[in-house]
Amino acid sequence: MIGIIDYGMGNLFSVSKALERIGIPYIISESPEELNNTKGVILPGVGAFKDAMARLREKELDQFIHQYVDSGRPLLGICLGMQLLFEESEENGQFQGLGLLKGRIIRIPDRDADGGRLKVPHMGWNKLHFHQEAPVLEGIEDGYVYFVHSYYADGVGEQALLASAEYGVHVPAVVGQGNVSGMQFHPEKSSATGMQLLTNFAKAMERSEDML
Amino acid sequence: MMTKRIIPCLDVKEGRVVKGIQFVELRDAGDPVELARVYDEQGADELVFLDISASVEGRKTMVDVVQAVASELAIPFTVGGGINALDDMKRILRAGADKVSLNTAAVNNPDLINEGAAFFGSQCIVIAIDAKYDDSIGTWRVYTHGGRTPTDRTVIDWAKEAVERGAGEILLTSMDEDGSKQGFDIALTKAVGEAVSVPIIASGGAGGAEHFLDVFTEAKADAALAASIFHYKETGVGEVKQFLRNAEVNVR
Repeated sequence: MIGIIDYGMGNLFSVSKALERIGIPYIISESPEELNNTKGVILPGVGAFKDAMARLREKELDQFIHQYVDSGRPLLGICLGMQLLFEESEENGQFQGLGLLKGRIIRIPDRDADGGRLKVPHMGWNKLHFHQEAPVLEGIEDGYVYFVHSYYADGVGEQALLASAEYGVHVPAVVGQGNVSGMQFHPEKSSATGMQLLTNFAKAMERSEDML
Repeated sequence: MMTKRIIPCLDVKEGRVVKGIQFVELRDAGDPVELARVYDEQGADELVFLDISASVEGRKTMVDVVQAVASELAIPFTVGGGINALDDMKRILRAGADKVSLNTAAVNNPDLINEGAAFFGSQCIVIAIDAKYDDSIGTWRVYTHGGRTPTDRTVIDWAKEAVERGAGEILLTSMDEDGSKQGFDIALTKAVGEAVSVPIIASGGAGGAEHFLDVFTEAKADAALAASIFHYKETGVGEVKQFLRNAEVNVR
């Protein structure tokens, strides 16, 4: 059973439908008690970093997430949910994140290295470049995935960078360290490749269960 | 590098796809979900559903269509037609659509763009513009009500205003080229693309794969939309993409 953390930010419908299609049971909940009965959790999210962190704190889900990760069970952040895993963000100010991964969230520059104009948000299908092997990337060959975001993670440690996409800057696309992982794009909207990534996360969940 | 997107557009009336789509392998060519699945398998990057229902009942049915498509498909899709208020946007987006497209309603009430962008984020708000060249003003004029009503707005100014108000994308239809099969309107697409900083979806005039190449390379469109050439199988999404790949255009 996967828990989808419902804190009022994001399209839970798409994520839950994607899990149904690949046959993974899930619950959607904002209750730490309920979510604690799962073997892995997904932190989705669309919207602003500041609001998202405020809502997590309000519902004491920030503490829950830390305890959950300490218990060794896997956590997957998607889009804004991935950004929240980092130390801080400069979106509309300076705000602290969950601090589970090293790095900060900054705005995608509107010019590339050659001065060419870049459209922000980074919206559409972009290719994944793989940096290291990881269980979550198993079986991913044709790596096009669907992105919609205006901020990205900067200063991600080499060990945690699993895959990136090129958009003027190197955009960390899949990050992971221990049982914490994140995807900047929307696997639930990324056709067969996205379904494979979610399946891989579910498999990682089963494996971690064996280890616990 | 971002890929150029190919977007089939489906007209839906009272919950059924219209315009006699010719897929012989389909059991039910009027079922939006089944057609959406076919286009997904062909490699469509996104889909647009245009609700052309005339009745309130038909509009309600669209919510069911959106829910069914969102349950079955893992590619992004946009819904346009009949969205006149923030509540309409909420209904469609909560049913599982990724974006809503506003046309006449946004021209009549531009604040709707601000409201939608503030509530859902710019990435959810597409502004659809029907454009027709007007010799008397030497530029393109905005039309509303499905192209029937001329307005006093120019396309370039309206596109700029829409983006300032929070539009995340422009779906730009050339009324001059629509249905011509002579190719997309390069001059129009290029002019709007240079005027605003959000992605442009070119629409109207696609007659073959080479037209997609032109609009991506010459007009720098980010995406291109077509209906009839895909529906009537004059060409497939896969064939267009192969043609583009051979011409070294980046596609998925």
